[in-house]
Amino acid sequence: MAELGYQVDCFVFHDSPRRAHSIAAQGGINAAKNYQNDGDSVYRLFYDTVKGGDYRSREANVHRLAEVSTNIIDQCVAQGVPFAREYGGLLDNRSFGGAQVSRTFYARGQTGQQLLLGAYSALSKMIGAGAVKMHNNSEMLDLVLVDGQAKGIVVRDLNTGAVTCHAADCVVMATGGYGNVFNLSTYARNSNATAAWRAYKKGACFANPCFTQIHPTCIPVSGDYQSKLTLMSESLRNDGRIWVPKKAEDCDKNPNDIPEEDRDYYLERIYPSFGNLAPRDVSSRAAKRMCDEGRGVGPTKLGVYLDFSDAINRLGADTVRARYGNLFDIYKEITDESAYETPMRIFPAVHYTMGGLWVDYNLMSNIPGLFVLGEANFSDHGANRLGASALMQGLADGYFVAPYTVGNYLATQKPGSTPSTDDPAFKQAAAAVQDITQRLLNTKGKETVAHFHKRLGKIMWDHCGMARTKEGLEEALKLIPALREEFWANVNVPGSDTHLNQALEKAGRLADFLELGELMCRDALTREESCGGHFREEYQHADGECLRDDENFAHVAAWEYQGEGNVPNRLTEDLNYDTVKMSTRSYK
Amino acid sequence: MVADTSSTQNISLNLRVWRQAGPEDTGRFVDYKAENLNPNMSFLEMLDVVNDDLERKGEEPIAFAHDCREGICGTCSLVIDGKPHGPHHGIASCQTYVRSFKDGDTVVVEPYRAKPFPVQRDLVTDRAAFDEIQQAGGFISIRTGAAIDANAIPIPKEDADLAMDAAACIGCGACVAACKNASAMLFVGAKVSQYALLPQGQPERDKRVLNMVAKMDELGFGNCTNQYECSAACPKTISHDFIAKLNKDYLKASVRSAFKPKSSV
Repeated sequence: MAELGYQVDCFVFHDSPRRAHSIAAQGGINAAKNYQNDGDSVYRLFYDTVKGGDYRSREANVHRLAEVSTNIIDQCVAQGVPFAREYGGLLDNRSFGGAQVSRTFYARGQTGQQLLLGAYSALSKMIGAGAVKMHNNSEMLDLVLVDGQAKGIVVRDLNTGAVTCHAADCVVMATGGYGNVFNLSTYARNSNATAAWRAYKKGACFANPCFTQIHPTCIPVSGDYQSKLTLMSESLRNDGRIWVPKKAEDCDKNPNDIPEEDRDYYLERIYPSFGNLAPRDVSSRAAKRMCDEGRGVGPTKLGVYLDFSDAINRLGADTVRARYGNLFDIYKEITDESAYETPMRIFPAVHYTMGGLWVDYNLMSNIPGLFVLGEANFSDHGANRLGASALMQGLADGYFVAPYTVGNYLATQKPGSTPSTDDPAFKQAAAAVQDITQRLLNTKGKETVAHFHKRLGKIMWDHCGMARTKEGLEEALKLIPALREEFWANVNVPGSDTHLNQALEKAGRLADFLELGELMCRDALTREESCGGHFREEYQHADGECLRDDENFAHVAAWEYQGEGNVPNRLTEDLNYDTVKMSTRSYK
Repeated sequence: MVADTSSTQNISLNLRVWRQAGPEDTGRFVDYKAENLNPNMSFLEMLDVVNDDLERKGEEPIAFAHDCREGICGTCSLVIDGKPHGPHHGIASCQTYVRSFKDGDTVVVEPYRAKPFPVQRDLVTDRAAFDEIQQAGGFISIRTGAAIDANAIPIPKEDADLAMDAAACIGCGACVAACKNASAMLFVGAKVSQYALLPQGQPERDKRVLNMVAKMDELGFGNCTNQYECSAACPKTISHDFIAKLNKDYLKASVRSAFKPKSSV
């Protein structure tokens, strides 16, 4: 935006924009370059993404995403992103879940880091040039509307506690997803939904909140002190084979002592055409089914093996080390086990949220002047996101969509019409923010924020996780408001609001999660079908796969806030597929 | 002490933690007992547990910087027993586990001690200086949307791999904390080398190194000691060879700029 001549104020709650959690994306970024000459095309990436999203994404948005995917790679290479290369000096690719072509570009197991640092370097350039004013340690706590249009934000300086108002001609949010509502997830500990949620409460519709992605390859939970779950990149499934023992009584044995004929390579058995590269939702649910059958492994019996012995025999340990060494090292640090010698144990974990604030084709929400980019919006991944497409969407939105569509909105605004922060709307929003802070500090109850977050996470995982039922969701819709009431009556937030107070930060974020969790359950309850990551046990095929209801649910559900204590409005946007024919999504 | 046992017995540690209310406070060590710790707990999870107890008692928790907790965001920045990121080589604080310590050990936890990184509170320091160095030249000037096809720039695999080694820096600042001169030359060397190794980085190569080094000096970072505590502390094991590359690039750029009209540098 700054390159186009706009004056930009940029806010992050991190101590530096280089810390955003895109940095942790490991595996890669898709682009329809067809450098491998294996028949890839814009159409094929578009088709795979629409199918991967189980026909719940907006067709036009996805097509644009596939189109600009190739520009992203060009842009990143020009920025100096050191993608993996072949000996001839050209870019290397690998294949990823849900695709039968090699279209994934990568930089070792740190693709997200390199792409984020590329964007950070471009931002640094514009900050250095004075075109962007950077505000670190600044958490957005409210959106300000003037005459129904987004004209500014209220932020709290996390180091000093100062609450300030900032007026603008429009607001662009790229504030990420809300997976930490589950407490344990692969998200960074500080990732939160506060900015998006406060925008929702100012009238922005929240679309498909129940569409959450559970990633199949994470390190299993080891104890109740656990603060986060660590992802093992999906790229491991290129060479690793997933299995559980055929017999439940073998589950406690050393996996190396279980003979080949007693192992069930269930993904290869059930999904022969995609095998270990079946999409994330499909693989996660299959792992859950195996564990439900009593064939899970590890101390908690919530785990399956990801075995590299065949790859090591075929390629040699050195090649496997070159491809996945850093991931094997991470696994060793966390579990104290060597994946070169014994199979990894993995289990699904919350990883991404496909739902988010509703946006139109221009990525503008229903509030004029509020643009929402990346994971914070809902538009491109439908009910399930394929691997290596989050980085693609984030960069597409930021580099190739918003710079053009924001200008379209600004053209409708008269020069000099930027409101002042003296406007009553700013005063009211700032006062509301201060009020929440004081309520949190003054409750002086008995329990910690972490205590309530764990309990919310458990309710969400049990009732709104990999498998959902009407009864479970109805139960959660009773439990969450009760927990929220208890939180406001009994939370203890020490300290004051005039210094760095991490307990206060966490409390404010949890207060929003306690409301968002309820909306997710409500959305999951209303969507009486199974699709992608949303699996309702009542709606399944005989083989346990998702049973969609295209007749009644081929739409986006966008929830409109109706004030505290009131049930939100459920608005719908029909999804029309002009190019791709809706069909049963099969990876068999 | 590094113990690295695979024991599953829970252990207790005596923590001596730096507490400092704000940038102006003098600060002091406070002792805490961390009991009944599962050895598979991460060091930060142990601090979570200690903080949970403190909060329950209505006391203010220990402030510490953290985010991704998987060693890639560069936020965590503890000095554990005098070593940035703790006893192990090549990992960040968040990847240090309780099993690295023995039951009953006393463990000292401090913030980074370096003038360009002032303490904000307890164990949290302000590392905005790194952003400033990056803004001085740590980029390739390319307008968004104007790039040529990615494969139009072939890059030998060896160069790309070496550039990636340099680019792996997570900007945590451990190199500065480990250095008695508080030198940022490993950080700057890594960034300068990444671009210097790639054809895309050539047009601005001289200007970049001169500007980044000037900014580094201006912000109060010291010169290299040639003792390489920086690489030893680096959670991404970035090699001090990049400091040599930085020196070489800086020398060449200085000479070239001396013989060029001022406006062209």
